[in-house]
Amino acid sequence: MPSLDDLKKRIKSVKSTQKITKAMKMVAAAKLKKAQDDAEKGRPYSDKIHNIILNLTKSVADPENSSKLLVGTGNDKTYLCLVMTADRGLCGGFNTNICKLAKKFFKQSLSEKKILKIVTVGTKGFDQLKKEYGKFIIEKRNFKNVKKVSFSQANEIGKFVLENFKKNEFDKCFIFFNNFKNVITQVPQMQQIIPVAKSVTELETQKESKTSNLYEYEPEEEEILEDLLPKNISTQIFKALLENAASEQGSRMTAMDNATRNAGDLVEKLTITYNRSRQASITKELIEIISGAESL
Amino acid sequence: MPEDFKVEIISPAKIIFKGSANLVTIPSFEGEMGVLKNHIPIVTFLRPGFVEIIGSQKKEKFFLEEGIVEFSNDTLLILSSTVKNSKEFSKDEIQEQIDKATKDLNLEDCTDKEKYILSYKIEGLKNISQ
Repeated sequence: MPSLDDLKKRIKSVKSTQKITKAMKMVAAAKLKKAQDDAEKGRPYSDKIHNIILNLTKSVADPENSSKLLVGTGNDKTYLCLVMTADRGLCGGFNTNICKLAKKFFKQSLSEKKILKIVTVGTKGFDQLKKEYGKFIIEKRNFKNVKKVSFSQANEIGKFVLENFKKNEFDKCFIFFNNFKNVITQVPQMQQIIPVAKSVTELETQKESKTSNLYEYEPEEEEILEDLLPKNISTQIFKALLENAASEQGSRMTAMDNATRNAGDLVEKLTITYNRSRQASITKELIEIISGAESL
Repeated sequence: MPEDFKVEIISPAKIIFKGSANLVTIPSFEGEMGVLKNHIPIVTFLRPGFVEIIGSQKKEKFFLEEGIVEFSNDTLLILSSTVKNSKEFSKDEIQEQIDKATKDLNLEDCTDKEKYILSYKIEGLKNISQ
């Protein structure tokens, strides 16, 4: 049985923790609103660029010889994986979920004798992956000293990916991020960005074949694709970063809400124990006094 | 009197401009291009320069370094990650960018295509400051 003093200290510390989690929840809620807006504002750009690429792909006369970014290197050996996580913790299962998905994929790829190259974006992903897959990590990036992710950061990562692709360092590139569905649900996702996922393209081509326009291209289709595909990489990365930022705040908000509630429950329980033991000690003292008086 | 058509300028972060115009001139990669209503569907990309949107009442001018243009169903779509209203440039910023571009232009491993783009960038930037 802990002493009264100990219980008092305990209650006080839980209460102050509760205050912290509550404040964090408030901050996350405010940031979430902003991040969500950003993510929504970013969608038109990536959607439109995707559409144009779809239309272009359809009209490329000789797909076999077009850009390698579109059709791939022809090999399927080396994978570059971009694992995007947050730079901060205390956001529930956010980072763990991405890493779990990534690890599952790594395991499978390794068992299929593929060569893995990992780039971690965000410090938490690096921390979680370095133990098991540390030797595969070729680059780590984080945005700790940047307040808000902007397109230029996405562009930097995009450039890094493209440079390595040009050097034939890898055949396929995947990104791992959390897709923001709503405040409570964030779905960890894997997306193939190099080559532009064929299955998706084909599926959508069938759907849109009726509505597709016949465009005039200036300069030639191939040249436009050459220019557009690298941009698409950065755009996809930027989209993933925005979705991630919104998911992180959403996840943190839910986690902190739970923590605040748990702390409340704990304080309640501790207060009851405190009151009981206080009562017990008073009763004990009373009994002592009474029995002392009786013995006289 | 030319008729109006829809214009949208979109950057990765947000929609920069949405409205209608009579005439839009864009710095297409192969030369300056004017777009009116009922233009044939076209896809092209841009070199550094000015996008001028001329409506019946007002005129807007944007500077961009690269971009993709799509015109279909009387909607002109401009996607660019470097677009900025030319009023928003500060003098120092322009000078800084000109200096950087000039430096890049004098590098030895600069390809013809890069030179082409950089020279237009410098020219465009100089025109803002006037």
